Amino acid sequence: MKRVVSLIVLLTFLLSIFAVSFASSKNVIKIGVDLELSQAVAQYGQKELEGIKLAIDEINQKGGISGKKIELVVIDNKSDKTEAQNVATKLAVRENVLAILGPATSGATKSAAVAATKHKVPIISPSATDDTVTVDEKTGKTKTYVFRTCFNDSFQGNVMANFALKTLKAKKAAIIYDATSDYSKGLFKNFKNTFVKNGGKVIAQEAFGKGEQDFSSIITKIRDKKPDVLFAPVYYDEAGLIIKQARELGMNIPILGADGFDDPKVVEKAGKNNANNVFFSAHYSSQDTDAKVQEFIKKFKAKYKQEPNAFAALGYDLGYFIADALKRANLKFDSLAKDRERLRIAIENTKNFVGVTGIININKYHNAEKSAVIIELKNGVQKFKQKLNP
Amino acid sequence: MSTFIQQLINGITLGSVYALISLGYTMVYGIIKLINFAHGDIFMVGAYIAYLSVTYLKLGLIPSLIVSMGFCSILGMLIEKFAYKPLRNSPRISALITAIGVSLLLENLMQIIMGADSRVFPRLVAEKNYHLFQGRIVVNNKQIYLLIITVLLMIILNFVVKKTKIGKAMRAVSQDMDAARLMGINVDTTISYTFAIGSALAAAAGVLVGLYYNTINPLMGVLPGLKAFIAAVFGGIGIIPGAMLGGFSLGIIETLVSGYGSSMYKDAVAFALLILILIIKPSGLLGKNIKEKV
Repeated sequence: MKRVVSLIVLLTFLLSIFAVSFASSKNVIKIGVDLELSQAVAQYGQKELEGIKLAIDEINQKGGISGKKIELVVIDNKSDKTEAQNVATKLAVRENVLAILGPATSGATKSAAVAATKHKVPIISPSATDDTVTVDEKTGKTKTYVFRTCFNDSFQGNVMANFALKTLKAKKAAIIYDATSDYSKGLFKNFKNTFVKNGGKVIAQEAFGKGEQDFSSIITKIRDKKPDVLFAPVYYDEAGLIIKQARELGMNIPILGADGFDDPKVVEKAGKNNANNVFFSAHYSSQDTDAKVQEFIKKFKAKYKQEPNAFAALGYDLGYFIADALKRANLKFDSLAKDRERLRIAIENTKNFVGVTGIININKYHNAEKSAVIIELKNGVQKFKQKLNP
Repeated sequence: MSTFIQQLINGITLGSVYALISLGYTMVYGIIKLINFAHGDIFMVGAYIAYLSVTYLKLGLIPSLIVSMGFCSILGMLIEKFAYKPLRNSPRISALITAIGVSLLLENLMQIIMGADSRVFPRLVAEKNYHLFQGRIVVNNKQIYLLIITVLLMIILNFVVKKTKIGKAMRAVSQDMDAARLMGINVDTTISYTFAIGSALAAAAGVLVGLYYNTINPLMGVLPGLKAFIAAVFGGIGIIPGAMLGGFSLGIIETLVSGYGSSMYKDAVAFALLILILIIKPSGLLGKNIKEKV
């Protein structure tokens, strides 16, 4: 028995050595995928993977990159920060990929970026919005190997503040935010700065703690100060509750949010009749009449038999984005390290890349400067309101 | 002024929930001197049972309330039988640690069975808002339901404890377990009944919270459980009217702290209150200082 086991161990070991040596063969370009495919935020990762796969299949059918097919190496990071870092290390060292796509969330991306930086592999997240993902918090320096193809939270906060001032003609805003969440605090700061700078007044700002369910007392307090809009930069659980409790207390002013609102659970929790006069910024809307968007929806439906959401669109764009950089990188396949460097420079120089979620320009902070859409909830149904460019 | 009244209404709503949960704490403590830390999680189980009976059996509010209360009273009795009864004569700390264990067991079991993310509780009642004083004060029908059901359950409980045989037995056991046994009272059955009634009340609170907030999750019992414990101590642990008074007071205090201070401080205030009461009047608002006879 022992012998059999040791034989199996030996064989697997030999096979894995072969697998590695085969994998670095010269006919494919290997790209790693490090995404949340199970556990807490699996929704995000799975949708993004569907989008990435659709894009890469299309590119390969058209002949790939200078005659070579792109091969995806997909590993699940289980929605876990530590695991995200392990996956990135595995992709860089064992799988010898040229670049890593993912993860979906800010925390996991920050942690995977540490490994990517160490092994000098470009890593690109399709949806991590926190400002400090690409920029070092302490030094303010851009992280050399870390990129994103979505807008960041500063931009989102600005967009919503300008929307409140210009479109809704609001003068006085109230803000409810989660003091235990980086996402929420960052958005609160950015919204407030822009709103005040452009002539608005923030007349109430109320913080709450993790897992809060009862907002009735802070909403009552805000209601009686009579603001024109309420900005609530929170995730979908709290968003539903805040909308519901505000409407039940007779507060009918517009409620604004960010991309955290882009989830069907918001309407389920708030109730269809309460989910009115709600506006939030998002990466994409399926009702965008842009030909490119509609074409993407057609293709996605043909392959997966369902409507794509924002995350699927972000994944799809990322697939084309990496292909575009690969084409411009003029890879020589002489050494992996040199090719990774060439690819990194190509990504850095991306200008006017036209995607489904907007035109992407990578700026010096490795952020994508791109448009956001504003979505309105009418009786619980998402309606495309407008597209805003940076 | 209208803001203050609105905040008071918000506070009473929150207070009803605390009061219902703290009744169970107080009853169990009054009889076997045990702080049942699993009580908040029974409240959570109650919410989930109602959720399942509404979603899969298509029951209405009152039937699902009854199903959930029935299920949880059996659960409460089972927990007592298997977890607490063998430890009845052990040091009190063992029972307390066991209670914490049961609490974690319930939370994690529910996470395995129903998943860790929150679920949307179905809307059982059509929502109606009543605007008073030109819309400055809003009361909705769910708040009225919550208050009516809470008060009704408390009246029933009071009747059971004061006027029935089992209530008499409970009061006897809480005074002196050994003497009650000598008088021919079946102590084990009495304790079982106490757990059943307390758990049923917690389940009712769970259903009402699901109805009111439309959202439930496996950890929803943790904080309300602790708060209800504070409410019970505030009113005087082991005293039924004290639990009610404590629950409503705590709900109103929390709401006023959020309304006139900051919502970040409300938990801190609640727990600071607990410490203060334990220092100033350990027996609670309605508690009497009983001198130990030596």
